[in-house]
Amino acid sequence: MKFGIIVFPGSNCDHDAYHVISKQVGQPVDFIWHRDTDLNSFDALIIPGGFSYGDYLRAGALARFSPVMDSVKKFAATGGFVLGICNGFQILCEAGLLPGALIRNRDLNFICEHLSVRVETSDSPFTNEMTPGSVLRIPIAHAEGNYICDDATLAELQREDRIVFRYCEQSGAVTEAANPNGSRDNIAGICNRSRNVLGLMPHPERACEDLLGSSDGRDIFRSLAATLSAVA
Amino acid sequence: MFGNGATHMKAKVFVSLKPGVLDPQGKAIQHSVELLGFSGIADVRQGKYFEIALQDSADQEQARESVTRIAREVLSNPIIEDYLVEIEA
Repeated sequence: MKFGIIVFPGSNCDHDAYHVISKQVGQPVDFIWHRDTDLNSFDALIIPGGFSYGDYLRAGALARFSPVMDSVKKFAATGGFVLGICNGFQILCEAGLLPGALIRNRDLNFICEHLSVRVETSDSPFTNEMTPGSVLRIPIAHAEGNYICDDATLAELQREDRIVFRYCEQSGAVTEAANPNGSRDNIAGICNRSRNVLGLMPHPERACEDLLGSSDGRDIFRSLAATLSAVA
Repeated sequence: MFGNGATHMKAKVFVSLKPGVLDPQGKAIQHSVELLGFSGIADVRQGKYFEIALQDSADQEQARESVTRIAREVLSNPIIEDYLVEIEA
């Protein structure tokens, strides 16, 4: 089982993800420079947070054209697991690997805080070790995390159980007050139709040790590792 | 076409948010405009404007085709934005 973390110019959560996989999950992991195109040795990819290409044009828009992205698309099309965190989620949307788009937060602020996120489904390789309805304490840190999509896409996401995380109150109630950025239907994370590609705005890699205030994010990486060892 | 002072054919691309897509920046700008003393501002929407210089030899129709593709695939996100291409001879 080997994890790969894709590094674009401007990625800045790559080392956090590396630390979590190597030290918390205890699995082999390597960085992948965005100009590399050979992903054969990897079983799961993480597209980390940050500001790829300085967020020029639109968040994630230019990273989509990096040479590695064609390989990521092929990797995903053949069932490889891809986890996009924050800027990684934005990149996956821009690349068309996930539907919808992430626009400026409703109140224009860059929001950096711990908040509550509800696990909506355990039917994904990223959440199969978790209980639907459980509430995770995970930080967000973004200015463009306002998820939007058209009505047909939203209905499809709901019908196919592809909304994986929603912003919620500490109690688990999904309310407008718990929606930090204006996202449709309080969406914090979604997966693709074949469920092997997940994008989420919260940063689970920043919530994997009690020392950091929460270790709730660890279950996402553990689910993925459990999925991979079951496949292997 | 020969010698110095050759001018490039210029393309202009306007990218705007689709109607209905929330534009908090536009709203903030509108608020500031109102603070400046202008009343009767119904709405402000912020967009992007690009100038693309093309090689002299480019054929105008070909240029429009190329720039339209650039606008569609790079400069705009079709989920949230519309674009308008103008070619200046």
